[in-house]
Amino acid sequence: MIYLQLFWSFFQIGLFSFGGGMAAMPLIQNQVVDINGWLTLAEFTDLITISEMTPGPIAINSATFVGTQIAGLGGALVSTLGCILPSCIIVSLLAWLYGKYKELTVIKGVLAGLRPTVVALIFSAGLSILVLSFWGQGGFKWDISSTDFIAVTLFAAGLFLLREFKLNPIFIMLGSGVVGGVCYLLL
Amino acid sequence: MGKSFKNYFTLFKSTFSLSAFTFGGGYVIIPLMKKKFVDKLGWLEEEEMLNMAALAQSSPGAMAVNVSILVGWRLMGISGALVAIVGTVLPPLIILSVISLFYAAFRDNAIVSVVLKGMMAGVCAVIFDVVITMGGKIIKTKKLLPVLIMFGAFAVYYVLHVNVIYIILFCGALGALVSLHDKKAGKEHI
Repeated sequence: MIYLQLFWSFFQIGLFSFGGGMAAMPLIQNQVVDINGWLTLAEFTDLITISEMTPGPIAINSATFVGTQIAGLGGALVSTLGCILPSCIIVSLLAWLYGKYKELTVIKGVLAGLRPTVVALIFSAGLSILVLSFWGQGGFKWDISSTDFIAVTLFAAGLFLLREFKLNPIFIMLGSGVVGGVCYLLL
Repeated sequence: MGKSFKNYFTLFKSTFSLSAFTFGGGYVIIPLMKKKFVDKLGWLEEEEMLNMAALAQSSPGAMAVNVSILVGWRLMGISGALVAIVGTVLPPLIILSVISLFYAAFRDNAIVSVVLKGMMAGVCAVIFDVVITMGGKIIKTKKLLPVLIMFGAFAVYYVLHVNVIYIILFCGALGALVSLHDKKAGKEHI
């Protein structure tokens, strides 16, 4: 009953992963490497690398990757379903409560307190990616020679185009991928 | 929001394309969704978008999936939520299925890695653009408390690496207490 095992493992990952993708990583490792032995630690490290290189939540990426390796496309579907089912149930409940009680002073207050928090969290995530993009895995350095100027230029140009001309963000991301790719290969 | 085929298709297309570009963690999808659903389509208010982000953050599971469920639900009920889930899950499902078949070749490919490196800088530009707009609006309200919460939450999370769950709990509780107190005192701090 490999399908049931995959479903149950990823259901637990979906249920207990609070606080973003990186928080889910130890849970995934625990289920996939330690408990079930579906991947070796080296394969798991590859999976994390690939997850960071590709779009999408790390938990969904892992579910698809592990499911495909263990039981083909069916395995991928079952694992992904297990992974998102807890979210579906809990978030639907929250959405219903929000719709029902959003006019209450307490709920309005909670949300008013959380809105600036969310902006701060988005900014933190953006800053982490920015540091990674400009200086690589080692983190921020004052050293000019270790700064990636192609990335700095792409970032500045992208931000300028977004703010001044309100270009479509997808166009900015694809454009910087193509222009950056060519620059990295040629320079 | 009318439940026409056209609207369902727009919802699916939007969540699918946003999910396909959510590199680097769940928060990245919020700026993208804000641009699409608030600025471009006008289906949501900016404040609602942030409320949904806060709700999504307070639930377990992947942020991108959670916020898609909320947006889909708010726009077109349960069927909208289902359409949004499918749109959000399909891109990583397709991409990872293909990659897992020949992942060693993908991981070591030089062209793939430089294109992704370039895209990372573009993703940053999009995030900063939206943060400037949203942060600017919070500062323009001229209320001290939200501004303090914004900078405080950033410092505590980015510099001190405090678990997000505690930050969310604290700021939510603070907002609730202050708003209750304000209602009694007839003031508006938050």
